[in-house]
Amino acid sequence: MHMKINNTKLALAIVAATSALVVAGPAQAGKTLDAIKARGELVCGVNTGLAGFSAADSQGKWSGLDVDVCRAIAAAVLSDGNKVKFVPLTAQQRFTALQSGEIDILSRNTTWTLTRDASLGLSFVGITYYDGQGFMVPVKTKVKSAKQLKNATVCVQAGTTTEKNLTDYSRTNNLNVKPIVFEKQEAATGAYFSGRCVAYTTDASGLASTRNKDAKDPKEHVILPELISKEPLGPVVRRGDDEWFAIAKWVIYGLVESEEYGITQDNVDKLKADSKDPVVMRILGTSEDTGKLLGLDKDWMARAVKTVGNYGEIFERNVGPKTSLALPRGINAQWNKGGLMYAPPVR
Amino acid sequence: MTERAPPRKRAWTWRSQALRGLVYQLVAVSLIALAVWYLAQSTLANMAARGIQSGFGFLLQPAGFDIGESLIPYDALDPYWKAYAVGVLNTLRVAVVGIIFATLLGTILGVGRFSANAIVRGLCYAYVEVFRNVPVLLQLLMWYLLFADILPPITEAVSVGGLFFLSKNGLSFPVPVWVPGVGMALLGTLAGVVAAWFYRRWAIAKFEATGQIRSLFWVPIAIVVAGELLGWIAGGAPTAWDIPKPGGFVMQGGASATPEFLAVLLGLVLYTSAFIAEVVRAGIASVAHGQVEAAGSLGLSKPQSMRLVILPQALRVIIPPVTSQYLNLTKNSSLAVAVGYPDVVSIANTSLNQTGRAVECIALIMAVYLTTSLATSAFMNWYNRHAAIKER
Repeated sequence: MHMKINNTKLALAIVAATSALVVAGPAQAGKTLDAIKARGELVCGVNTGLAGFSAADSQGKWSGLDVDVCRAIAAAVLSDGNKVKFVPLTAQQRFTALQSGEIDILSRNTTWTLTRDASLGLSFVGITYYDGQGFMVPVKTKVKSAKQLKNATVCVQAGTTTEKNLTDYSRTNNLNVKPIVFEKQEAATGAYFSGRCVAYTTDASGLASTRNKDAKDPKEHVILPELISKEPLGPVVRRGDDEWFAIAKWVIYGLVESEEYGITQDNVDKLKADSKDPVVMRILGTSEDTGKLLGLDKDWMARAVKTVGNYGEIFERNVGPKTSLALPRGINAQWNKGGLMYAPPVR
Repeated sequence: MTERAPPRKRAWTWRSQALRGLVYQLVAVSLIALAVWYLAQSTLANMAARGIQSGFGFLLQPAGFDIGESLIPYDALDPYWKAYAVGVLNTLRVAVVGIIFATLLGTILGVGRFSANAIVRGLCYAYVEVFRNVPVLLQLLMWYLLFADILPPITEAVSVGGLFFLSKNGLSFPVPVWVPGVGMALLGTLAGVVAAWFYRRWAIAKFEATGQIRSLFWVPIAIVVAGELLGWIAGGAPTAWDIPKPGGFVMQGGASATPEFLAVLLGLVLYTSAFIAEVVRAGIASVAHGQVEAAGSLGLSKPQSMRLVILPQALRVIIPPVTSQYLNLTKNSSLAVAVGYPDVVSIANTSLNQTGRAVECIALIMAVYLTTSLATSAFMNWYNRHAAIKER
């Protein structure tokens, strides 16, 4: 008898628990900004390891261009650029992690395409690096152009736009290349360096990063001149939270405009105290309170620049000519210096 | 004839056990149904609320990516379902070949554990302990790194007699140039197999009737070879072979097994055969020693008693656990993506990223593994019934 009562109780408990679940219903997309403030931490999805963009050092400290974007946003939102939790994600995990709410923003050298923008329930907030896909081959193959890669095996990482670009290029030029697709970037570059593939393909910035950080001797590898695609890389947020979308977008624009108007990590405090330039005063919140319109305070941009510097400084520090990646500024220069970096006015 | 039990009384009162049982079962079934419905419903609702596209319609759209190796003709403009078919076939290829080799190697090792030779016994023991205690993913990566690092570049391919080549391109081997004569030879082989099967039946019937022993191994083989030769000659004796030769970035001509395929195959075979060896050893050990002595006293030689007395009885113990090893091998082949072999998981990963249909792509992978596993186990259950003691 005793047992039977227990069984009935158990059954009742299960029924109760199930109905509680049903009543609770599907979770609503909450206000991301409120959640971040309540948590006291920005959760940012980054690459598992791509030198110059997002890589952790031996102490577990993250650095790179994508990492700095997250730090700038954390500085604007939480007043502290260190209040960021970095979640390393593979190419396949990244969108699901953002869709499911595991991360607040995805800043992981992700290419902006129509399919991704329109069908994943996500929105790209801007472009932090204009890239293009290229090929790297060992110097000893004597290959000078991607058009010579007929029938060649090409190592590539799974879950990227790269595979499709490679196929398109191979078809257009009748190359019949054989892709060998690896789940992890480390496996793809490892197979390339061991000689399994004639070429390794990814975005040109990634090639430079791999050549200079992973190759035994960077001089033994050459990046071919052809760029076979446009790869505008930028951060992504979930759709349905327009306030958060606007904050992420304007922090990036603010970093770009700070460079245009000469606000740097070193002079930001001084400019804040005594600049009379109306544009600078608006960016730094000493005249108008632009932060209020975004749901932030008036010092939002001053803190972001103080934490990571303006866009130009971020570029120079992580991937620029003086770093081991040695990427030229190229099309990533300001619009008035022949590049594509053009920020709408912070006004 | 057993006595039939008296019919159970079903008193459908509120306090009866029968009614309570029925109610519990109804509640359990409806709770499960409710849970499934709720999960599906809230997933769909959440995806719609977040503007995430869903549905299997993408399978009909062009895939747009190339696949490194394929058993069927595949072009990047083919639809996604065809890319999936390529992946499924690649998975089946490594699983079927792997199962065959793992069974052969596992049986040899398992029998080897009973060898009278201490070195053979010790080697088999050491093999089993080493290979079954190292995670299979590490073994795959190890073989792949070994292949990728040690194998010479294509221009310096190691050749065996100018026919077989080992290089970074994998193992390249000659294949016959396809002419109708090759088809005739294949037909002849098939006819030989059928004839050999009839011969075996006849020889066994003859043995049971008269006691005359005929070879059940060499004669059938001779019949198959004769059939093949006859077909080959009838087809005009074609001798053209497509022989691989190193050229540029690839081996020209012939056929080749890529390092990715070889690494997956070798890793899975070596790992699974260690488990199969243990199953075989347990099966043989389960046969009572009296059976060996009985076989000996009937005048059977050692190999004969192993083949005719011990293995048939051991099989009954061996088949069920070996089935689950086959299933393990098939499922472990999903680790192939780590070494760049384009199995179904790799294809699904790529399409997941191109289309963003995470739920659908993962569901497809699960359906593929579920189907192959259930088919394998259905076949093995049939074989198990075939091998089991027939109760008459």
